[in-house]
This record gives sequence, C-alpha cells and structure tokens, in this order.
Amino acid sequence: MTSSDQTKFVHSPADIPDDWFKWKDKDPEAAETVSRPSLSYWKDAWKRLKKNKLAMAGLVFLVILGILAVIGPILSPYVVTDQNRPDQFLPPSIDHWFGTDSLGRDVFTRTWYGARISLFVGLMAALIDFFVGVIYGGVSGYKGGRTDSLMMRIIEILYGLPYLLVVILLLVVMGPSLTTIIIALSVTGWVGMARIVRGQVLQIKNFEFVLASKSFGTRTPRIIRKNLLPNTMGPIIVQMTLTVPNAIFAEAFLSFLGLGIQSPYASWGVMANDALGAILSGYWWTLFFPAFFISFTMFAFNVLGDGLQDALDPKLRK
Amino acid sequence: MEKILEVNDLHVTFSTFGGTVQAVRGVSFDLHKGETLAIVGESGCGKSVTSNAIMRLIPDPPGKISNGTIEFKGKDLTQFSQKAMRSIRGVDISMIFQDPMTALNPTLTIGTQLVEGLMEHRKTSRAEAKERALEMMNLVGIPNPEERFKQYPHQFSGGMRQRIVIAIALICEPELLIADEPTTALDVTIQAQILELFETIQEQTGVSIILITHDLGVVAKIADRIVVMYAGKIIEEGTRKEIFYHPEHPYTKGLLKSVPRLDIKGANLIPIDGTPPDLFSPPQGCPFTARCSMAMEVCDKVYPLQTELSDTHKVDCWLQDDRAEQLVAQAADKT
Amino acid sequence: MLGYILKRFAVMVVTLWIIITLTFVLMVTLPGSPLNEERTTNETVQANLEAHYNLDEPYYIQYLLYIKSIVTFDFGPSIKQPTETVNDLLGRGFPISFELGMATIIVAVISGIILGIFAALKHNGIIDYLAMTIAVLGISIPNFVLATLLIQTLAVYWNILPAATWSSPVHMIMPTIALATGPMAIIARLTRSTMLEVLTQDYIKMARAKGLKPWKIIIKHALKNALMPVVTIMGTLLAGILTGTFVIEQIFGIPGMGKYFVESINQRDYPVIMGTTVFYSAFLIVMLFLVDIAYGFLDPRIKLHTKGGD
Repeated sequence: MTSSDQTKFVHSPADIPDDWFKWKDKDPEAAETVSRPSLSYWKDAWKRLKKNKLAMAGLVFLVILGILAVIGPILSPYVVTDQNRPDQFLPPSIDHWFGTDSLGRDVFTRTWYGARISLFVGLMAALIDFFVGVIYGGVSGYKGGRTDSLMMRIIEILYGLPYLLVVILLLVVMGPSLTTIIIALSVTGWVGMARIVRGQVLQIKNFEFVLASKSFGTRTPRIIRKNLLPNTMGPIIVQMTLTVPNAIFAEAFLSFLGLGIQSPYASWGVMANDALGAILSGYWWTLFFPAFFISFTMFAFNVLGDGLQDALDPKLRK
Repeated sequence: MEKILEVNDLHVTFSTFGGTVQAVRGVSFDLHKGETLAIVGESGCGKSVTSNAIMRLIPDPPGKISNGTIEFKGKDLTQFSQKAMRSIRGVDISMIFQDPMTALNPTLTIGTQLVEGLMEHRKTSRAEAKERALEMMNLVGIPNPEERFKQYPHQFSGGMRQRIVIAIALICEPELLIADEPTTALDVTIQAQILELFETIQEQTGVSIILITHDLGVVAKIADRIVVMYAGKIIEEGTRKEIFYHPEHPYTKGLLKSVPRLDIKGANLIPIDGTPPDLFSPPQGCPFTARCSMAMEVCDKVYPLQTELSDTHKVDCWLQDDRAEQLVAQAADKT
Repeated sequence: MLGYILKRFAVMVVTLWIIITLTFVLMVTLPGSPLNEERTTNETVQANLEAHYNLDEPYYIQYLLYIKSIVTFDFGPSIKQPTETVNDLLGRGFPISFELGMATIIVAVISGIILGIFAALKHNGIIDYLAMTIAVLGISIPNFVLATLLIQTLAVYWNILPAATWSSPVHMIMPTIALATGPMAIIARLTRSTMLEVLTQDYIKMARAKGLKPWKIIIKHALKNALMPVVTIMGTLLAGILTGTFVIEQIFGIPGMGKYFVESINQRDYPVIMGTTVFYSAFLIVMLFLVDIAYGFLDPRIKLHTKGGD
C-alpha cells in the first residue's frame, strides 16, 4: 500500500502533443447522432424481404403465374372445354405443349384456366377473410369487456367446428360452383384472422400514443383507422398470404371430390381427379402439370408468407 | 486476501448480420475471496456479456471470446472445454438472472429445479438432495419449505421466486456467485430484502459475489469495490468509498448525479445526455467523448492511458493529465 | 382444473348442438332432400325414412326425435342402398378409416417432432434448411397430389409397392405417407419455432448455468415447453387428417368410411352425408375436447389454477 495522492502514469504520455489538450468544439448534434440511418417500417421490411432469396423466388413465380393465368388461355389456339376424342392422351408436343387429356382437351390451356380459378379463389378468400376478420376482431378487441368476451365465445365455438366438413355440407346444399366455394370457404375462414386482429388490437390499444390521441378526444373510428390499423398490418398481411394457399388447397380438394368446379371446366383439382385413371396407364402429363402448378403455387405462397413474417416482425429488426 | 478470480484483457465479439460487434474490449479486474464486486454501467455496456463470458455461456456462434484470460483459482477458464465447464458451473461458480419470472421453468416444480443441480454434480439421492434443498429454502427465507417444494413457479410471487433462484444458485456451495441485475425486476421494498439476503448469505457462506447492475443505489448498499463499464471497457474502478466520494471519470460523475441521493441536500437528478456509441465500429479515442462535457481534442484521437490514483482506484481519462489540469484551472479562472 | 374442464365441456356441447341443428335444418329445407319432397322411387326406402325421421310429426317433434336418435347413436337409413343404414356403413368403414388415421398420426407426430428438434438444434445449419424446405414442400403438396405421385412412381414406374386396397401392412405404407406428410410438416415447423423460442428463455440459460448436460436440458427443460403448442394444434391436424381420408381412401380404393362418404356425396345420398357429417363432427369435437383437457394437465398453470393464488 502506497499513499495515493500523487498521480502517476502507467505508460508515458509524452508522445501526445501538447496542443491536443484544448477543449473540443462543441458539436451539439454529436451526442444525439444515431449511428444507423432510420428507415421507414415498410422500406425496412422490403429490404429484409429482398434478402430472403426463397421468398423472392416465390414472389417472382407468383407474378409470372398471375401473368400466364391472364394471357395463357388467350395465347393458346384451343378452348378450355373443347373436346376432341381422336386426340386423346397425346403426349406433350409442339401442338399441345402439355399434351392432351382423356377427352382430347389441351392440358396447357386447361392448366392456365385452372390457375385463374385457383388464384381467384385464393385472393377472394383472403380478401373476404380480411374484411370480416378485421371488422370482427377490431371491434372485439377495441370494445373489450363484455362485448369482447361474447364475441370471443362465438369464435371459440366456430373454431371447434370441423372446417372442411362444414364446407362440404354447405356445398352439398348450395350446389357446386365457384361462387358457392368462395362463400363456403368464407363462412368459417375469417375466424383465424379475427383472432389475430383482436390480439394485435388488445396489445396496441394500451400503447401510449393511442392513449394520447384518446385523451385529445379523437373519435373511435379515427383512432382505429389512423393508429391501430397501420400497426396491425404486419401480422394481417402475413395471415392473408398464408390464407391463400389454404383456400387454393380447399378448392382443389373440393373439386377433386366433385364438389367444386365441374368438368368440362378446368381447375387443378378437377384435372388431378380426371387424371387419376389415366396415370395407371402411363399418361403422366395429365397429372404432372396440374400437380406441379398447384404444389408450386402453394409452395410460393408459403415461402412468401414465411418471408413476410420474418421481414415484418419488428422484434427481429436489427 | 486470496484472489479467487482474475480477468485479464478480456475481449468478446459477436458476429452478426450487420458486422462484428465488439461487446467487451479489453476488460481486466480481479476479485478476492468473500468480496462483493459491482460492475456498473448502462445497458449494452458489456457488463452482462462479461459475466456470461466468465460462465462461458456466450452463445458460440455468434459470440466468441476473442482474447484474454479468465483465471478462476489459478485455472484459465477460457481454455476449458464445454464439458469441463459443466463441472464448474453451478458447483464453483453460480449465476442469478435478472428476471425471476422467466428464470424458472414453468412446467417443473420448484423442488425439481432445486435438486437437479445437486443430483447432477454431487450424485446424491433425491431424498438427500431434498433435505439440502429444504435447508436452502430456509436459508433464503421461504416459509413452509416442505409444502412449497412441491409447488410450481406460478404459485410464487416475484420476490419469492428470486429467493428460489438464489437458493438454486447456492445449493452446491459455490465460491463465486454472479448476480446479473438480481433486483431490477423487483419492487423497491423487495429489492431491499433481496440485498439484505445477499449480505446474510455472504456472512454465512463466505461466497464471493459479482453484482452486475445499472443501479448505483443497489451498489451503495453492498458492494466492496466498484467497476464502471462503458462501451465495452472499464473506465474507472475503485472501492465503494472512492467511487462514491471521489469519482474522477466524467461518466462516473454523471452516473452518480443520475442516482437519487438522500445524503446530499438539494441534489438534483441530472441524466446523462445522448446514447452510447455503436459497438460495430467503436471510436478509437475515449468512447464517452461525444457525451462528455469536458471533452478535449485528444479524447477523440487516443484512448486515455490508465491513471492509478491509489492501489485500488484507477481511471481511464485524459483529464488526469497535467496539461488537462492546467486547462481546467484556466477555465475555472475565467468564470 | 374442474372449472376449466367444465368450460371446455360446455363449448363442446354447444358446438355439437350447432352441428346437429344445422344438419337437421338442411335436411328439412334442402331441395331434393327426401325429407322435403317426400317422394322416393323405392318403397322400402320411403318406409325407412318415415320410420326414422317421423315425417308425419310436426317439425319440432321431428327435431327432438332427431336429436334423440343421434344421442343414441342411430344415424338413420341410406336412400341409395335400401338395406343399409348409416350405422352399417360406419360399422364397416370407420374401423378401417380409424386405422389409417392412427397410423398417420403416429407417423406424423414422431417424424415431425424429430425433424423439428433437429432443425432447431442445428439452427441456420444445413440440416435446418433441408428440414425446413422439406417441411414447406410437405405443407404445399396437397395430399391427393402426393398420393397420385406416389402411385405413379412407387407403384406404376418402379412397382415396389401395391397401388391399392388395405389388405396388408405393405398396402398401408403409401396411403399413410400420403396422408402423414402434411401434418408432419406442420408439426416440424411448429416444433422448430417453439423450440427455438424456448431455447432463448432464461430458464434454459439457468439450466445451463447449473451445469446440466445438454441432452438433459433439451429433454427435461426444453422439450415439454416446446411441445405444448404442438398439443394445441392436434385437434386441427386431426380434422385435416380425417377429411384427408376422404380422398386418400378414394384414390387407393380403401373401403373405409371416407370412400362411402365420397360415394354418398356423388350419389346425393343425403341421409348418409348428414349422418356421416354428424358422426365425424362429433368425433372431432370430442377429440378437440380431449386435447384441451390433455393440455390442461400438461400446463401446471391450468392444472393448478386456483383463484387468488399468488
């Protein structure tokens, strides 16, 4: 132990020039500077999504599929329902790029027609889920109290209903068609969305900025529109992206069972069902093209949904 | 006094998406038997990383002890395999985490979580382990230990859970206890009880304690020595008296001004403006320069050399230089 | 716990009641339904229908008797096969469907959990990417597509597995794979994400700080917490597997309940459609209830829920 009043340096400071010892000019912003440029939420999310190669591949696939669904049937010289018995089970060739099916119909034309149906059903289901779910979940979460618990009880019961069985039942009753499929899918589909929206609203409702606008006397619809919705959009978009493949699957499944789009019109489910007998005889193309496109469309939506989930989750923001 | 722990020039880095974070940049300190050392600093200063490094609980990858030694009773822990570390963890060195609400597994009973360390390391039977666990529950002040032993964490209050966490940490009689913000998540009254519990335990078991906190109020009560960290470096260290009554670094002074004090009449709480620097690319000079009211040009250019004010009191600040002292004197003359 | 069980039970009863009422309303109002138009080509069938549905009674009596018949497990006659009742079809078809369903669940749960755990433990490694790509593919390929692809490759092209029927364990392989892949993928993804979350929890860090062995930490501390969300989705998965049997049985020619159900849909055999729907709905709703109860036992926060406990 030595007495410690005397200051001594452990190393020599001699190599520090004397004129460095003067007060630094005050830079008022220096202490406040945030080292990372702050991006807006959406720009930031987009930047992260772009880094996810699989999700971007999915997005590109879906864009191309969308374009082909619109122009594909126009490009082809054949009509989707045109039968030509002598031409049945032709393998893929210059005339019929994807071959022909058991009734001599052009698989290429039918595939893009099926893409229209699948994308339409998927997007409509997602949109209806969105509107019903956001309104139901938003009201439930925002009102809270008894309204909320009543509305949640209803959801709990609907959630317990076997979704596809109810859809099958409704289709048996309403008769198979594109409209009835979309209606049947929408009757129970919005429940998941409503739950998510409610959860988000409950979480955000008590944030300071919402309390602040409430204390200024802002009216309820305005609070929902201006404050709540922008903050709940992330999970909602993800949920919508993941609703689409479920709806596409449901349509194909129901058409496969004979409860959806009816032959001679084409949907991927109908085409797969029609091909069932043919593949045992080796006519693989009748199955391959609808099977490939339905699987890859669902795959694309799933990876895009996963990518969006990672990109939009602010907790992961780095 | 016997030295139990000696950390020398410790560097810890994390490789992330955006680059390499230098979380701890050359930290050295030591700890004696039966002593309580506080590591103080704002969140992100590297204090928790330092404690995790001692336990070798840095997730690797992305984390890595890139340099330095951690000598525990003469053995360098940085050279230990994870397998060898397992016989140190919970036995020689134990750790307590910040939030007692999440530190206990919600699906296992308190009893199971108490005895499992003991059964793992001491190979005792469950009955023996239970005996010891009940003793520990008594020591940390849990009423009805026999009944509480069978209960689940959600049946305990926050303060009681932290007592359980402490009991778990002490059950194998470790020589070093690292407590990472042990009172931060608790109510003020419970905080005081837990701190008292630490003192009692230290008296009874002679365990050395490293207390990690951002709260100088906690430190004032039980720390023997204090280490102040900023941006991955120790910028000042000293005994409790030295730090509280003769702080030298402007950052330490700022921290003290931002703590409510009852002993100085009319003292205002003054927060430190600004935020710590980005540790992706730490400044080459003193990291506190941007927020320092006494910053000089040298501070930006060269990291300050360490000044030993006493055997125990050391500070890294250019204001200790003779030339800076003249500058301060001149400034004082003008006003 | 008792309160929790009672609450779940009440939800179950209400859901069952909704399904029963819905089918009754549909049967009565349905155009083309034998109950509505009161004419069938076959006299035996007409007699069976009148006997079962009490067509000469007023609606509310019909409704009450309908509920009574369902509660007593009597699902009424078929209109396409006059000598058969829905109970006959269920008795013949359901055991086979149940076998297929059980085989599927066992395969899906075991392989899904293993895949998910490995992916989580090797987070961001090659195994993780591989497992998760397989999982997304598994979710994306519809079971009927997978079934037909399997037939085309394994049965037609390589001829290593039989393409149809349900006569031996070898025959069970393809249908089970086709049906189990989707649920397996969902379980794998869920297990992985909850496992990753659980592994960052403080109590896992605490277990490491105790010096426990890694495998002990995984099994004792992580797995139970990670698998609890898997239990909660079992009900939904079961529903998916059950509806999946409809197409799988049709494709593979398995004489299970699903095959009869699809036939009844195509023949518009309403009593069979309604009867099967009610039976399967009841089965699923009861399963959902049991899953909820099982979850309650797994989670001590529900199991020991007592008001006023701290």
